[in-house]
Amino acid sequence: MSLQPYSSPIERIWYWTFRGFCALVLLFLMIPVLVIIPLSFSSGSFLTYPLPGFSLHWYKTIFSAGPWLDSLKNSLIVAPLATLLAMAFGTLAAVGLNKADFPGKSFILALLISPMIVPLVIVAVGMYFFFAQIGLLNSYAGLVLAHAVLGVPFVVITVNATLQGFDYNQVRAGASLGAHPLRVFFTIVLPQIIPGVASGGLFAFATSFDEVVVALFIASPTERTLPMQMFSGIRENISPAIAAMATIMIILSVLLLLVMEMLRRRSEKMRINR
Amino acid sequence: MTSALAMSQPAISEKVPGLKAQLRRAERLRKLKAIALVAPLAIFLMIAFVIPISNMLWRSVDNSEVMQVMPETARLLTEWDGKDLPSEAVFSLFAQELRDSRTGGGLGRIGRRLNYEDPTFRTLLTQTLRVLPATTETTWSETLQSIHPRWSETETWLALQRAAPATTDRYLLAALDLKRGSDGNIERIEENQRVYQQVFVRTLVIAGGVTLICLLMGFPLAYLLATLPTSQSNILMIFVLLPFWTSLLVRTAAWIVLLQSGGLVNTTLMTLGLIESPLQLVFNRIGVFFAMVHILLPFMILPLYSVMKGISPVYQRAATSLGAHPFAAFWQIYVPQTLSGVAAGTILVFIMAIGYYITPALVGGPSDQMVSYFVAYYTNTTNNWGMAAALGTFLLIATLLLYLVYHKLVNQKQLIRN
Repeated sequence: MSLQPYSSPIERIWYWTFRGFCALVLLFLMIPVLVIIPLSFSSGSFLTYPLPGFSLHWYKTIFSAGPWLDSLKNSLIVAPLATLLAMAFGTLAAVGLNKADFPGKSFILALLISPMIVPLVIVAVGMYFFFAQIGLLNSYAGLVLAHAVLGVPFVVITVNATLQGFDYNQVRAGASLGAHPLRVFFTIVLPQIIPGVASGGLFAFATSFDEVVVALFIASPTERTLPMQMFSGIRENISPAIAAMATIMIILSVLLLLVMEMLRRRSEKMRINR
Repeated sequence: MTSALAMSQPAISEKVPGLKAQLRRAERLRKLKAIALVAPLAIFLMIAFVIPISNMLWRSVDNSEVMQVMPETARLLTEWDGKDLPSEAVFSLFAQELRDSRTGGGLGRIGRRLNYEDPTFRTLLTQTLRVLPATTETTWSETLQSIHPRWSETETWLALQRAAPATTDRYLLAALDLKRGSDGNIERIEENQRVYQQVFVRTLVIAGGVTLICLLMGFPLAYLLATLPTSQSNILMIFVLLPFWTSLLVRTAAWIVLLQSGGLVNTTLMTLGLIESPLQLVFNRIGVFFAMVHILLPFMILPLYSVMKGISPVYQRAATSLGAHPFAAFWQIYVPQTLSGVAAGTILVFIMAIGYYITPALVGGPSDQMVSYFVAYYTNTTNNWGMAAALGTFLLIATLLLYLVYHKLVNQKQLIRN
């Protein structure tokens, strides 16, 4: 839909109604993010406008010893480990899926994707019972394993997509020149699929960093992650400390978004260069 | 596989008949290598994902409490015809196994299970146990009946009999507001006790409503993004992607801030003089819709956008040049081409919405809780794991069926933007 000099008045009205509606939807999408940031600088102790005054008090609260800092630390332990695990398993599997057709392949693919589909509460209850039986309940190891399970489909999907455009003759060339398969993988394959691996890893990291349902079931207060702390904060005493932590997390999302865009550009450039 | 081929080169030139066999061998080796690469993840997911979930689903039919704690009584009771009181053998085994149940937490387990049959059963068991003698001078049947008159009622023993088999359909039936009557036929429970049908309907209504709103809001925006020049649409895309990457809890908290009685929306409306007193916008259905639509909208926009991006504008132009009204051209030529994106976005949003737990729990009221909430509630609060598993089973079945439809319609790659 575009406006031409000869457009009729009705077309003009439609055009601007349409644009106006889209602007409202964009506003709807952005407003929660924009509203919460100023509140983190509030000097009062309630999450309301107008702000009583400017203060960095709540940032001091979340970054001084206490539940907020502990939960941030826990998330920064769990998320990278879960991401690494998901990236390792996921990349291997995606390479395998692209290597050859084998019986039951589509079933296996459905299995690998399924943690993304199954409702979180079902995963949470299942893991709660299972981890209780094998002694992984209320442990960092359990939390890392659970988050790796939830993050792995993203890695499989993104690496799989990157491999679709990969030219396997390069592997053959490497092998025919006498390189060991591992060397071929690390010097030829990996540098080309790294944008896919990294963006899958970012998805996995974001999943773990934002996951609360499974964590609520399988973690005790000792392993309390940042989303768990946010959850109890929202539920029990909603204070500007939540807004301060939310602001930090929004900054993190912006960084993730930028890295993601960079990776996308890089993989596009590679495709063009070939 | 390549190295195998490379090494076999001389053999091929010498002996042509072996070529086919060698190719087959190389092909087989390649398959094995592929499987070996996929295996670690498949095994990992089997152990950490499939087994836990299957375990949980099993609990929806699991009825092993009485059978494990009182194996002999359970065995004899299943043979009992249920007409007269059970034989002395049953009474004596029951007395013995009831006494043994004190150790190892057995009493608590059967007490909880039998309370589902009759809410006073646990009390009956503990009362009986408190005065149960170690030996009896008369018969065990007389001793038990003298301890509590309920042991002389067949109904008490029938309840025990119903709890005796290893599996049961009571939880699955109860999750649909059904039960087995005294004659063993499936019947609906009393009207004032029906809960779950309402919960399922509510879940579908909320998920359906959220999906519809997402489609109505997402379609125009996706269209705008797909038709604008790339430089402009890239900037607007940030507006979609930033919320998408922002923590779900951050966004939920923001909606509480916006919608609460002293929040921005209410203050703005009051300053404008549109309302006199604050509207109740959060901790009810309105809050759930706002927060869920906001969280799920990007999942509608992204598949729509990727489909619309691939639609060539020439068909629509052709229709207009042939005299079609611009709206007719849009509706009859453009919209049908977007249907795969509409289907993908709709099913994706619906699948995610029916499993929602956190958002309704935080911004909804008691009457806005969906199936997931009850799964969590029965697991954490009442320890009624059979009920949690039964509700979870139906939720999982619904999700997997929808996913099958989705899978038929779209390639998995479109699930996320890469």
